[in-house]
Amino acid sequence: MIYLEVPKKLRMLVNQARQTADHVFRPISRKYDRAEHDYPVELDMFAAIMDGMNDALEDGGAGSGKLRQGKKDSSQIQNGINMTTVLGLAELCRGDVGLSLTLPRQGLGNAAIAAVANDEQLARFGHKWAAMAITEPGCGSDSAAVRTTAIKDGDDYIINGEKIYVTSGERADAVVVWATVDKTLGKAAIKSFVVEKGTPGMEVTRLEKKLGIKASDTAAIRFNDCRVPRANLLGTEEVNIDKGFAGVMQTFDNTRPVVAAMAVGVATASIERTKELLKEQGIDIDYKRPAKLSSYIKAEVYRMEAELEAARLLTIKAAWMADNGQPNSIEASISKAKAGRVANDVTLKCVELLGTVGYCEDELLEKWARDSKILDIFEGTQQIQQLIIARRLLNKSSSELK
Amino acid sequence: MANTSFGMKLQGLGLGLASRFAAHPIVQKYGLTKPAEKFAYLATKKGFQLVQKGLAKKSLDKNNKNNIKALPSPPPLFDLTLSDEQQMIRDSVKAYAQNNIRPLASVADEQAKLPENLLPSSQDLGLNYFSIPEHLGGAGQCSPMTSVLVAEDLAWGDFSLAFAILASTSVVNSISRWGNKTQQALWLPKFCGEDTLNNTPINAAIAVQEPQPLFNSALLQTHAKNNKKGYLLNGTKSLVPLAGTADLYLVAAQFKGKNELFLIPAKTKGVTFKASPAMGLRSAEVGTLQLEKVQLDKDALLGNGNVPHKQFNYRQFIDSSHLTWCAMAIGCCQAALDYLIPYVNERHAFGEPISHRQSVAFMIANMKIEIESMRLLVWKAASRFERGEEFHRDAFLAHHLCMDKSMEIGTNAVQLLGGHGFTKEHPAERWYRDLRVLSVINGGLQL
Repeated sequence: MIYLEVPKKLRMLVNQARQTADHVFRPISRKYDRAEHDYPVELDMFAAIMDGMNDALEDGGAGSGKLRQGKKDSSQIQNGINMTTVLGLAELCRGDVGLSLTLPRQGLGNAAIAAVANDEQLARFGHKWAAMAITEPGCGSDSAAVRTTAIKDGDDYIINGEKIYVTSGERADAVVVWATVDKTLGKAAIKSFVVEKGTPGMEVTRLEKKLGIKASDTAAIRFNDCRVPRANLLGTEEVNIDKGFAGVMQTFDNTRPVVAAMAVGVATASIERTKELLKEQGIDIDYKRPAKLSSYIKAEVYRMEAELEAARLLTIKAAWMADNGQPNSIEASISKAKAGRVANDVTLKCVELLGTVGYCEDELLEKWARDSKILDIFEGTQQIQQLIIARRLLNKSSSELK
Repeated sequence: MANTSFGMKLQGLGLGLASRFAAHPIVQKYGLTKPAEKFAYLATKKGFQLVQKGLAKKSLDKNNKNNIKALPSPPPLFDLTLSDEQQMIRDSVKAYAQNNIRPLASVADEQAKLPENLLPSSQDLGLNYFSIPEHLGGAGQCSPMTSVLVAEDLAWGDFSLAFAILASTSVVNSISRWGNKTQQALWLPKFCGEDTLNNTPINAAIAVQEPQPLFNSALLQTHAKNNKKGYLLNGTKSLVPLAGTADLYLVAAQFKGKNELFLIPAKTKGVTFKASPAMGLRSAEVGTLQLEKVQLDKDALLGNGNVPHKQFNYRQFIDSSHLTWCAMAIGCCQAALDYLIPYVNERHAFGEPISHRQSVAFMIANMKIEIESMRLLVWKAASRFERGEEFHRDAFLAHHLCMDKSMEIGTNAVQLLGGHGFTKEHPAERWYRDLRVLSVINGGLQL
């Protein structure tokens, strides 16, 4: 039955996340935007509460560390972990994207572990905060081109290389590192390894200074003969030319809607605040007359709200499909592409509409306009999402449609 | 009487449709094996009800397998799954669009003429029966959600012809939703071919739009006044489909400071028509409807005398109309995408298919993204309407999104075909002209 509302059973969780955004994140939002690289200590307490909340939830809870594809069961529709996570995270990011990204134990590495780890690995790493290290100085979107190597040596792998743009790379307890076990075998030989903090040979060399999401640390990490046990390899050890890389990429089907949800959150924050400020000026967004019979400002707000609603529904749809075991690669990319560009457009437009009030640091609007940019870049840029969608629709390989 | 018309309808049924229906997995699943039942589904009100009962009985049997009483249904979850019935209707309409609408579209547009057989053949879909109350021979199941699916799939066949087909259905839906008992009993059976010449169902259309540059559907210039006999109407309506050929028009006019609808038979004195072809919607034979001192009796005001909660709601009427247009735009955009994918794969330039170029491929990707966007907004608004929830904001936003995105897709459809797209060799230029109407028209359709 067609029903596109937030289901009743998740409304309490959404409301809790909203309270957190208003009462935990917003009050410290500006503080950590200014104090880049300072650890938001306020989050430790909150993360513990959140762990408890998640573990207590029916259906196995929410959050990056829980994401996984649901089982296909045509008799019953599920609104499960993927949906709970996107709805909750959108609310948290309405508070602050940077702080949401630096929530302990909610890293993208946790999503990778949840997706492919075996039981023994889950027991060892399941409650650790894990960051994700894919990008290198010489490769970004082209993640099949990683140069970091992992060479087998007895019961260990020895990792060498440099990773950049590792979100929470300094704060996390572990890093999931993408490395090739055999450069000659191409992308099928790319495997992911869990490297725990303090492993000799692993060193954080730099923290980036960024445009936005300053509360979240973004690290460069160097691996110099870094030895990790073979048991830390996620997924299968053998190199399967046919489907090796696909397994690694599968994580994205679950994580892209999550990033889309972050974009929905920050765009919601901007529009809500903009409407409040416009109302003080006597401009009431009342949906009474169509855009062409309204003022320019009202017409723009209508346009933005329509775009945001589209992004929001596409995001929930992609998560809903994951929950119900339906293949959702294309929908995951659609949600990420739409939400990423909408969030960027909306947050920038709100600053424009409000003039200096939007541009100055007295309001958070300028911060949101800076924060939003990354959401159209990481976890696959706008252009990468479009490539994925187009290849699927046109039935083209990556060598045909480059 | 009912049985005779049932038999007549069966004979008139397109075979292609019937066989597709018979092969449908749902039909197999529910064991609707009696041929009469299968064929009847699409053909008549009676058949529609039979299948309804069959489905209802089967699901009842399923629930009662262990003599367990049905539990109260749990609160709904987020869900995008169509019901079996919706899927079945969807498949039938899509097949009709493919076989019976598509082949006519180009010539009909060129000649600005509605193909003679289209409206009679579309009667076989049974669209007009859905919302008509059961005691008047319909199914009594007005479903805005199912209606947007139908509108999308018809317009996937052709936008303008879908408009012509849905014109009468829209009037039926309006009378079923808001009409008083007298109005329903007088008009609705005529849409099933009862009390009409040769038992031919009547056609009708809705007229809201007026020819002013800054037309606002909330401030109508057409107005009605009370007099002894009933009402006196004056005004001009533009972009009216089936102008001069329909039997009944449902006209929006201001009356006592409110916007109301009036039922005006085409032959009423003072009603004149002028063909006024437009950039698009040509095959729907759009025209201008002139009302000059039109005298109507007391039963002409839609919903007159109804209890408050059944009274006519103009805002809902406009919102519901916008949603129908949006659904049609989605169907048209989907047709464009379906057409362009093979084209850009087959068209070669610089030694490879043009689809190997990102500038082309990304336009295709964006079409898909925006079609999905539009669809979800429209579904959300329509399903809220169906559940009786407030849906104005959702319909408003859906309309604004569809206005922008469908035109963007229309113009890119021509662009991707290049010079070829600019010629009548391809349907893209027609889609381009038709889709422009999304941000122009108010009214005309109704879920």
